[in-house]
Parts: sequence; structure tokens; C-alpha cells
Amino acid sequence: MTTETHSSTEHGMSNAGYVKIALILAAITALEVATYYVDFGPLFMPALMIMMVVKFVVVVSYFMHLKFDNKLFTWVFYAGLFLALGVYAVALATFHFFS
Amino acid sequence: MWFTLAEHAVITAGEHDTGHGDHHTSTGLSNNKLGMWLFLGSECLLFGGLISTYMLYRGRVGEGPRPSQVFDIPFTSVSSFVLLMSSLTMVLAVSAAHKGDDRNTNLWVTITALLGATFVGGQVYEFTAFYNEGMGFTTSLFSSSFYVLTGFHGVHVTVGIIMLMSIVGIMKRSKTPGSKAETVEMIGLYWHFVDVVWIIIFTLIYLVPA
Amino acid sequence: MAIIERPPSTEVATPATPSSSLGALKRPVSTTGWKSWVFTVDHKKLGIMYSATALFFFIVGGLEAVLIRLQLAAPNGKVLNADLYNQMFTMHATTMVFLFVMPMAAGLANYFIPLQIGARDVAFPRINAFGFWAFLFGGIFINLSWFMGGAADGGWFMYAPNSGPVFSPSHGIDFWTLGLQITGIASLTGAVNLITTVLNMRAPGMKLMRMPIFTWMQLVVQFLLLFAVPVITVALFLLSFQRNFGATFFDVASGADPLLWQHLFWIFGHPEVYILILPSFGVISEVLPVFSRKPLFGYPFVVFSGAAIGFVGWGVWAHHMFASGLGPVSVAVFSVATMAIAVPTGVKVVNWTMTLWGGKLEFTVAMKFAIGLIVLFTIGGLSGVTHSVAPSDTQQTDTYYIVAHFHYVLFGGAIFGLFSGFYYWWPKVFGKLLNEKLGTWNFWLMVIGMNMTFGPMHILGLQGQPRRMYVWTEQRAGEGFFNLGFWNTFASIGSLILTVGVLLFLINIVITARNGKIAPLDPWNARSLEWMTSNPPKEHNFDSIPTVSHLDEFFHRKYQEDANGQMVQVKTAEQVLKELEDNADAHIHMPSPSYWPIIIALGLPVIAFGMIYSIPISIVGGVIVLFGVYGWAIEPSTAPDDDFDPPTTTKDVVHVG
Ligand code: HEM
Ligand SMILES: [Cu+2]
Repeated sequence: MTTETHSSTEHGMSNAGYVKIALILAAITALEVATYYVDFGPLFMPALMIMMVVKFVVVVSYFMHLKFDNKLFTWVFYAGLFLALGVYAVALATFHFFS
Repeated sequence: MWFTLAEHAVITAGEHDTGHGDHHTSTGLSNNKLGMWLFLGSECLLFGGLISTYMLYRGRVGEGPRPSQVFDIPFTSVSSFVLLMSSLTMVLAVSAAHKGDDRNTNLWVTITALLGATFVGGQVYEFTAFYNEGMGFTTSLFSSSFYVLTGFHGVHVTVGIIMLMSIVGIMKRSKTPGSKAETVEMIGLYWHFVDVVWIIIFTLIYLVPA
Repeated sequence: MAIIERPPSTEVATPATPSSSLGALKRPVSTTGWKSWVFTVDHKKLGIMYSATALFFFIVGGLEAVLIRLQLAAPNGKVLNADLYNQMFTMHATTMVFLFVMPMAAGLANYFIPLQIGARDVAFPRINAFGFWAFLFGGIFINLSWFMGGAADGGWFMYAPNSGPVFSPSHGIDFWTLGLQITGIASLTGAVNLITTVLNMRAPGMKLMRMPIFTWMQLVVQFLLLFAVPVITVALFLLSFQRNFGATFFDVASGADPLLWQHLFWIFGHPEVYILILPSFGVISEVLPVFSRKPLFGYPFVVFSGAAIGFVGWGVWAHHMFASGLGPVSVAVFSVATMAIAVPTGVKVVNWTMTLWGGKLEFTVAMKFAIGLIVLFTIGGLSGVTHSVAPSDTQQTDTYYIVAHFHYVLFGGAIFGLFSGFYYWWPKVFGKLLNEKLGTWNFWLMVIGMNMTFGPMHILGLQGQPRRMYVWTEQRAGEGFFNLGFWNTFASIGSLILTVGVLLFLINIVITARNGKIAPLDPWNARSLEWMTSNPPKEHNFDSIPTVSHLDEFFHRKYQEDANGQMVQVKTAEQVLKELEDNADAHIHMPSPSYWPIIIALGLPVIAFGMIYSIPISIVGGVIVLFGVYGWAIEPSTAPDDDFDPPTTTKDVVHVG
């Protein structure tokens, strides 16, 4: 294998696109911080979790190019992520963390 | 089942050698990039373990301060924002690198490193402030697990900064423009990963009340 | 000095001429002598180094085991005191698991995966070298504790509170924790490297479902390592911070949950047992078809049951914690999951048996060990199923019954598989056949010794003898002739027979090296690609990369179906090899040797040492690592073409790695 590569810039995004995404991320972050000051009632936890997941997925899909790259990368990464989620959630559940 | 799924992915990637660019691999994918993604998959279990430890222990403060007593949300929000924006500058660096534009690559890489350093600086400040409020490493299970988690993250950012600074130096030595594009991309993947870990930490540790 | 290129057909070794190479130090170029080993990045040399080191640790771990059995051979044993006994069983298990079986499997993986998939090296040769050195230094580091105030003594799973400074004031556990971190780094880098190798470096036509089973099982193992190692990394860090920096993660008095350690350890630990066994499953899945003269029965089932084991293996860890007060729901869930995992394991046993069925069996030593695995592992698997039933396990847990279980699966399974591999692949690696007669003795003594040692432990355990008990007395041994004392003595005698068995293997190595039979090219009439090379293989493995069109490619090149649908030999192994040689690539530039892997690895134990004794030492270690990383980063992994001897300017250079 050679060290030089031409990766997926062809199907990547324009710089303006990246800036747009960063603005969206910034807006979500602002909303997240807002939950700290404004009472969202029962929506608080779900809203926070959804915003966290959205930010995570956006960074991974666009900034890390997973959306445009080979699916193999997506599989190995999300395999680790979901495995972590699975085993640690179960371990915490045995400590009655969620109840 | 991730093995079968991964296999499908490999097969769709083409067993045959249609590869992008110069790659001569079975999947047509770069070894370095595949290696990096494998490593990041592995890191999920590392940070998952540290986050779970914190989650289990966040309420166990003993005689020490509770999380809500020490956390400075406005301050951490700003440093989180700084780290988030460093992901933008990083992606711009990668994009410039792929265009063979070493000058702009250097520029954005440097800015990314500076933003990262700002974040780490903020963390040092935060730790000092907590310490002065009576929250040492051994004060309580909460404090130990907090410092271990955020400390590990901080170490990851610091390693990232060192890599960013090094690549600037290495690019200066290299004669062909854009020849280090893949290395920049690799550091980029690492950097974004460290950023998404912080996205989780910021929400789960700082914003969700214990 | 230049890097020496060896053109495939012409055996010229022109003296190297000085020329420049990048990096702070000029590249090492020796092709002979110790330097050619210490700075090598060749997967075959590294495979041998892994295996040789592992074999050394096998002897160390074996001596520890013998001491344990001597202590229990007679009432009121005086061989070891309680404290030493604790160190002995802890280090015995640690050595066998982390310093023998894992690296031995890694050694085989290193040597044979590239050969089996038709590659010339691994994806990251320098990382490969680094991994070996990290393993070696980590292993030495752990064992240094013997000379620095005592070894770890908390048992291989190191539960709290025994792992805390109150119960273990020596530095043993600190050495253990940090040493395992270092070997963990080796495993992790190895996993990234080997997965990338398997996915990316296959010869044309080598589809995933055409890969030899050994490679498949290793792929599963490497994924398990990739995801399991970071979990133990977290656990070990928490323990280090508790012991060295005053945190209280597992200290009940400070309000901690000691079960956190147990969860983290076993989330790693159960996948770990499959990390130990699957490589051996892979080995015998190669050996059985070759010596049954028919293809592996149900290849896809063996592949997918292996993958299924790897997957389900993540959902059963708490079966090690049935007695810890998990709560009824957790216990029920994990009990059922554990029963489920016996299914894919059973599928494999059926496939092997069906492979033997109707075959023209040839009882070579490799075959004997493979069949031994099937039988002994099945016994261990069955006792495993008995402890998947939680109420029954509450009686068995922490007794010798567990010790019996895991020795049947690990000794009878993992180790028998490795021995099968030794006898099968020895001629490939060293060009000489191990002595079959001595091997047969080796095999039978190991079978008898192992059953005598571990068989009675079922009885001992069910009679209530707790594991890790350092002494027994006549009064506590019970009544009658077949009392606990009798079985303890019996087991100890068995362990000596086992020792003799293993010793015969070592003697076999020596005898074979002195005057062993030179192996023919294809001594076993084998089926897979690693045999389509010379014995031992050339540095670049294949003169030309074969194009693969079958599972069992080598077999299909030698044999073809005739008009009646019978497989008949159409070519000899020599002819097949000749075809590859005739199309040899002209200039093959292999990855070049490097100083940096060993330098970086050397920094790690220094850092660890400093964490125990004095932080400034750690800083020195950190500087060594950093220095190594910089050297590594600016040195290309394969030297530039004009650095080769003779300098190659033509376009037809094939770059590897
Ligand atoms: C049929 C499949 C298997 C089942 C159902 C099974 C089940 C179990 C269970 C429930 C335990 C916990 C017992 C206790 O501590 O009370 C156990 C312990 C153990 N098993 Fe297995 N097992 C199986 C296969 C294996 C394999 C393949 C290996 C390794 C190659 C293995 C290695 C071990 C070890 C090392 C322990 C003891 C750990 C310790 O306490 O130190 N088992 N097994
Ligand atoms: Cu288990």
C-alpha cells in the first residue's frame, strides 16, 4: 500500500457546507445550555438526550465523513459504540441506576 | 451481527481491486484509515467505561462538594463551544489538505491546535477552581471519577494537539504539496472523535443534574 | 547502508553500500545476527519471537503450577507458605492466560495469517514489531515483582478488597496492573493490525468466505480483543489510581461498589475466554480436514458459529458473578444467555465430528491433539453448562469444580489446539518435522496427566473443597479411602506426569533441531495457501501473489475432479510452487527494519516503573516514547527505492506494506 491517497473529497462537502453544519451545531449547543436556565419540565431529559445524539451523529457523519465513506468504517465504529452502550447500560442497570 | 454486517460492507466495497486512487488493498480502502476507525471503535469502550464509572459514582460525594456546587456551566459552555468550533477548523484543514493547499492546511491546523489548547487551558483553570473549592482528587468517589474521566479526555486532546503541531513541522519538510493529506485526515478523525466524546461528557456530566 | 533486496529467483547478496536514509538514526540493515531479529518488522520472524517468548512463559507458568500442586500433594504442605501460595496461583493464571496462550495465539496469527491470505506481510509491520516488544517488556515487568518485594496475590481476577493496599501492601499488584496495561497495548495494536491485514491484504479472489478457518477465527478473536481490551484498561487504571494515588473506586468503606470491578473485569473476562479458545478452534479446523482427507464439514457453519460465539460472548459476563448478589432478574437473564452460548459451541463440535466421519483418518500427532481437543473440550463445555444453571452454580462457585471446568476448556481445549498447531506447522516454519514417535508419547502423557490432574478436581469441588486453599489436613480431608486427601495427592501425581509430557515436547524441539527429518515441501498433503510456499517461506512469502478461486485453494490446484466426479491429483506441490516461481515479481521491496518499535516499547515499562516508585522516572520513560514516536513518524516504513541494493529505478518495483 502506498502512503499517498486521494480520499473521498470528491463526494465530500464544500467549505460553506461545513460552516453551515458548524452553525447548526452551535445553535444546538446554545439550546442545550438554555435547558440549564429555562425550565423545560418533563421535556428536559428527552430534549437533552436528543440534542446530544443529533450533535454526535452530525459530527460523525459530516465532519468525519462517515456519511460519504465506505460503510465498513460505519460498521466498525458503530459496532464499538453500540457494544459499549449495551454492556455498560446493562452493567449500570444491575446497580439499579435507571430505577 | 457485526461480523456479517461488516462482511456485507466489505463485499459492497468490492472484493475486486476497483480501489480509489492508489490503493492496492482488497477492499480498496486505505490501511491507515481502516486502522484508525478500528481504533476509534475501540475507544468507545474505553470512554464508555469511564463515563459509566462516573455515572455510578456521581452522587457519592461524601463530605465533599456536590457536582452542582462546583460546576460553572457558563464557563464550561464556552470551552465546549471552543472545542466544537475546533472541529470546524479541523475539517477545513482536511479539506485544504486534499486540495494540495499546504498553506491553508497549515493555517487551519494551527488554529485547531490553538483552539484545542484553549480548551485544555480552560480545563486546567476549572480543575484549579474545583480544587480550591475543596474538591481534590481523593475527596470523594464523585471527585475521583470526575477527574479520571475528564482527565483522560484532556490527555486525548493534548495528544491531539501534539499531533497537530507535529504535522505542521512535518509538512514544512515535505517537498510535494498535499503529500501528507492522509495523515492530516487521520489526525482529523481522531480530533473529531475527541470532540464527540466531549459532546457526550458535556451533556451527561455537566447538564444533567446528578 | 542500503536495505538489501533479495530478488526472488537469483540468490545474490551483494554487499550493501552506504546510502542515506531518513530518521535520526540510520536504518538497521543487518540480515543476519541478532540485529536482524531485534529490529525486524518481518511478520514471520515476529511470529517466531512471539511464540518462543510465549513458550518461555509457559515454562514459568508451568513451574508455578507444579509448586502449587506440590504444596497440596500431602497434608500440611510445607512447600509454600500462605502468602507465597497466593502469589503463586495469581501469577500462574496471569502467566498462562496473558503471557502464554494469548501471545502464542498471536504468534501463530502473525506467522500464518499473511501466508493464509496470500499476503507478503501485515498491514502495519512496524506496529507489529512494537506489539511484540510491548508484550515482552510487559511480561518481564509483571514478573519483576518477584524480585521487588513479592508478586501480585489477589487472584487473576483481582477482586476488591483483596486488591487494595490493606490486603496487599506489597507492590505486586502495582506491577501486575501496569504490566497488564502494557501487554494490553500490545494486544490492541495487534488487533488493529491483524483486522486491517485480513480485510485489506488478501490476495486477488480471496473472498472472506474463501479464507481458511484459522484466519477466520483469528479475525473474530481480534475483534474481541479490539473491544475487550479497553474495558480492562479502564478497570486497571481505576485500580492503579486507587493503589497509587489514593482514590477509592473499589473501597466499600468509602461508599464504593466493589461489584464495579467485577463487572468491568468480566465484561472483558468472558470475551477473553473466547480469545483464548477460538485460535485453537481455528487450528484444529485446519488440521482435522487435512488428516481426514476431506473438506471441513459445513465451513459456513463453522465460520458463523465462530462469529456468533464472538457476539453472544458479550452478553454472558455476569455468570461469573452469580453468587455476588446481583439480584434475581440479572441472574436469570445471564443464566439463560449462558445456556444459549453453548449452542454455537456445540455446532462446532458437531462439525468437527462430521469432518472425521467417513474420512480416511491419519493419526499424526497433530491429528491426535486435535481429536484430544474435541473430547476434552467437550467435557469442559459440559461442566460449563452445569454452572450456567445459577442455583447449581451457587454450590459450585469458588470450589475446585470451577478449577476443573476451566482447565478442561483451557488445557484440554486451548493448549491442546496450540500443540496440534505446533506439530502441524513446525515443518512450515523450520523446515524439519518434529519427531512423531516422541510426539505420540508427548500426547499420551499430556492426556493422562491432564485427566489425572483435573479430573479429580470435579470430585474435590463437589465435595466442597474451596479453590485457592493453600493447605489441607488429615482431619479436614474426610473419611474413607477416596477422601479429599487421596484425590489431592492423585492430582499432584497427575501434574508431574503432565510435566513430563510437556518436557517431552521441549526435548522433541531440541532433537528435531539437531537431527530432525528435513520436511518435504508438502508433508501433510495440505489444503491452504500457507503450504504453497517453500519451507520455511522466503522473506517475501510468495514469488508471485496467487489468484484464488477456491476455498482450500492449494488443494484445488493439486487435485481436480475427473469425469466420474472423483478428485484426482493433477499436480504435485512442487509443480504448483514452480508455477508461482516462474511468474516471480522482479523487484519486491519489503518493509524495512526499524529501531523505533523497540525504542517506543522500551519506554513503556520505564513509565510504569515510575508510576510505582517515583514520577520523574515516568517522565524519562515518556521522553523515550516521544523520541521513538518522532523517529517513527519521519521514517518511511519502506525505505525509498534508491536505498535498496542495487538501487532500483525501474517502474516494476512491488511495494509491500
Ligand atoms: C460451553 C461453554 C461454556 C460455558 C457454558 C461456561 C460457563 C462458565 C460459567 C458459568 C463460569 C462461572 C463459574 C463460577 O465461577 O461460578 C465459568 C467459569 C470459567 N470459564 Fe467457562 N464456560 C464455557 C466455556 C469456557 C471456555 C471456552 C473457556 C476458556 C477457554 C472457559 C473458561 C472459564 C474460566 C477461566 C472460568 C473461571 C474464571 C474464574 O473464576 O477464575 N469457559 N464458565
Ligand atoms: Cu464466562
